[in-house]
Amino acid sequence: MTKQAKWANMLRLAGLLVLVAVSGLAQAEYKLNFQEPATKVAQNVYDLHVWMMYICGFIFVVVFGVMFYSVFNHRKSSGRTPATFHESTTVEILWTVVPTLILLLMAWPVTVTLLEMRDSSNSDITIKATGYQWKWGYDYLKGEGEGIKFMSVLSTPKEQIHNSAPKGEHYLLETDTHVVVPVGKKIRMLTTANDVIHAWFVPALAIKQDAIPGFIRDASFRPSREGVFRGQCAELCGKDHAYMPIVVEVVSQEKYTAWVADQQKKMAAAADDPNKVWALPEMLKRGEAVYLQNCVACHQANGKGLPPVFPALDGSKIATGPKAGHLEIIVNGKPGTAMAAFGKQLSDTDLAAVATYERNSWGNKVGDLVQPNEIKATRK
Amino acid sequence: MEATAQGHDATHGHGHHGHAPSGLMRWLTTTNHKDIGTLYLWFSFAMFMVGGVMALTIRAELFQPGLQILEPERFNQMTTLHGLIMVFGAIMPTFVGFANWMIPMQIGAKDMAFGRLNNWSFWLLPPAATLLVVSLFVPGGAAAAGWTLYAPLTVQQQGVGMDLTIFAVHILGMSSIMGSINIITTILNLRAPGMTLMKMPMFPWTWLITAYLIIAVMPVLAGAVTMILTDRHFGTSFFNAAGGGDPVLFQHVFWFFGHPEVYIIILPGFGVISQVIQAFSRKPLFGYTSMVYATASIAILSFFVWAHHMYTTGMPVSGQLYFMYATMLIAIPTGVKVFNWVATMWRGALSFETPMLFALGFIVLFTLGGFSGLVLAMTPVDVQMQDTYYVVAHFHYVMVAGALFSAFAAAYYWLPKWTGHMYDETMGKVHFWLTLVFFNMTFFVQHFLGLAGMPRRIPDYALQFTEFNQISTIGAFGFGLSQLVFLYNVITCIRGGPKAPAKPWDGAEGLEWDLPSPAPYHSWETQPTVK
Repeated sequence: MTKQAKWANMLRLAGLLVLVAVSGLAQAEYKLNFQEPATKVAQNVYDLHVWMMYICGFIFVVVFGVMFYSVFNHRKSSGRTPATFHESTTVEILWTVVPTLILLLMAWPVTVTLLEMRDSSNSDITIKATGYQWKWGYDYLKGEGEGIKFMSVLSTPKEQIHNSAPKGEHYLLETDTHVVVPVGKKIRMLTTANDVIHAWFVPALAIKQDAIPGFIRDASFRPSREGVFRGQCAELCGKDHAYMPIVVEVVSQEKYTAWVADQQKKMAAAADDPNKVWALPEMLKRGEAVYLQNCVACHQANGKGLPPVFPALDGSKIATGPKAGHLEIIVNGKPGTAMAAFGKQLSDTDLAAVATYERNSWGNKVGDLVQPNEIKATRK
Repeated sequence: MEATAQGHDATHGHGHHGHAPSGLMRWLTTTNHKDIGTLYLWFSFAMFMVGGVMALTIRAELFQPGLQILEPERFNQMTTLHGLIMVFGAIMPTFVGFANWMIPMQIGAKDMAFGRLNNWSFWLLPPAATLLVVSLFVPGGAAAAGWTLYAPLTVQQQGVGMDLTIFAVHILGMSSIMGSINIITTILNLRAPGMTLMKMPMFPWTWLITAYLIIAVMPVLAGAVTMILTDRHFGTSFFNAAGGGDPVLFQHVFWFFGHPEVYIIILPGFGVISQVIQAFSRKPLFGYTSMVYATASIAILSFFVWAHHMYTTGMPVSGQLYFMYATMLIAIPTGVKVFNWVATMWRGALSFETPMLFALGFIVLFTLGGFSGLVLAMTPVDVQMQDTYYVVAHFHYVMVAGALFSAFAAAYYWLPKWTGHMYDETMGKVHFWLTLVFFNMTFFVQHFLGLAGMPRRIPDYALQFTEFNQISTIGAFGFGLSQLVFLYNVITCIRGGPKAPAKPWDGAEGLEWDLPSPAPYHSWETQPTVK
């Protein structure tokens, strides 16, 4: 077999393998553009992108039409003598001016859309989104629903992530609580973060705003239709960056009013009497729940952590040592590390519960019990 | 001609010089631009392999949703090191390698201006690369904040891995700066009599401009990572709001380096492509003067657009508008370059040897990367795309189909001059077509992933992204394996093969083709005169 034939055969084989692989994938449904817009701004962005694609496609066809004409017709193998021209001021001016005009053509609609996108004035409801490693916290600051606050955590079970259970429909894009907003109202989102930079990104609403620790940024959206819109943190924020989704539920005004009433009732019911004295079993039970929601990503379910970055709690000197040191770290965090100041995120009762849980789980058998009023004292 | 008079040296090579050390010591102590060029090229190819294996590990994890082979923290380390190693270990040294080999031969100089500095510039690289690779195995692992090293994540990360990375970046920066000083001095002072700047081939021209960019911005990067170092260990608060700093400051400083950096990577590639297109079209380069001015304009504009990487950080709308318009301006000189290349081919006598194929692939795919860059420049559209796979697709079109394709074009174009043998043309073409197909299979579909909203730098993704990720992963493995064809071709070309004439490409222009193939160890000991 000649060398050429050998290579040709190998190429054929490679091509066949690719074909087989591709045909296996051919049944799937492919999305080739942005998600379906759910705000007017998102629709404008969508149209802008389509418009840009037409312009780019047109330029591509013209420029490479010329190039490939050359490639097929100006070949040495057809016995041509090459031309010798190497400049033309007219042509060079022309192909500087024409692209400039095309850019101006693009710049106008883009500027209009940008100004509309960035206008967050006259909003009906203001919500603050706070990025934590690795969950979002929401505070309804102004408008209907003022005072509502909650955390929003990934609700996809660990088993699905580790492939020991079949993955659900909204794998990684589901949370325990949703940001609920009324349709047609202008929502102003304030973003900030507690630890590192995150980004609040919901594609269908055309909103992506970095959440920067120590600063507050804003963005806004006015949903034009009801529905559930899913997004994710878009700025690398450490280990579980892939696991802090965002779910926005756009509902009718009536449903929103009902949701607000329901939330306020729930918050009142959930508010613990800060002076209640708890018994060990009930504290352990509550502590486990708090631990699984807030601590498990780093310190792990077995309390062994992921040393050296995320230390073990099982057998740790802090978690089995004097209460004061332990509570200090839980409430105020450890600066310069990933250990957040949970005092800002959790209630006294939750903090007391989780401290109790940590002191009395796995191999830790301190046996003591932290009461909410001790947390209150630590906060001072 | 003096060129052929030097030819006798070629067969005896360096063995001629009895006093020169041999074996390992030869390579450690060499001040010869060809030896150092060879070292750079092999080093960068090795780094290309290391960075490539990391890329394949990333793609393997992304073949399916769920976590299979990498835990998230390892995944983040892989993406970070892949980026750092490819940018600083593979692409930049590749072009410094070409510069070392070719600039003296192209401008009629005996060697680079500073031989010992040249040696040190290279030998700084292996320790830096070692620091990066070793950081994978220290407690806490390697840096895991992305190659952009955004604070405060970099300040927060525990373990010595991040510090090793910071020192590696310092060393790599020193190496680049010294290499650039050498290149600028060589070009400005050692050109053959009669070779005015405006008679210089495009490759040295683009490198002259690139070298200035490097000297201007590498210290900025060094400053940025030093601030991270002091925030980590010495109690400063450059990036901590609680201490009066600002996390976004890091991004401004980083991208003030980072945007010129992407032109540092691509400009020498432009030079290569200009020369290759001209050679295989058998026609002088169209608009040489405007090519030089376009390159310089791109370089200057690159200093004024950095914050288009930061549209979503919450800058004022006036800032967004300014950076958007400034970024759009870059399309004009870049367009001029593409038009000039096409006009060079127009009514030429074209043939399609491997360097020309890679040059054509470069022009088409780099232009696609340019289009997606223009789309990303539009602030409201970018808000949808920033930090998604669209950006990943975009910069791989300009980094891989741009810089890497031009590096392949350069390697095939000059291999006969370096080795004195012709490479296997069929194998070269197979390498090109495999690379082209698998490249697009890997990266074209990532545009769609980005449009659909898949964030970058995630080890696990929602189910609707599965199919495109699978195509991309299959493409990536095909792409990686195809590069072994190149390696094999280069090795067989070094070892033997048909003898190459002094000027294997009949349309090629330039002083390097007046030298015999392989080029003698010391070339242009008597400078040629250019008319």
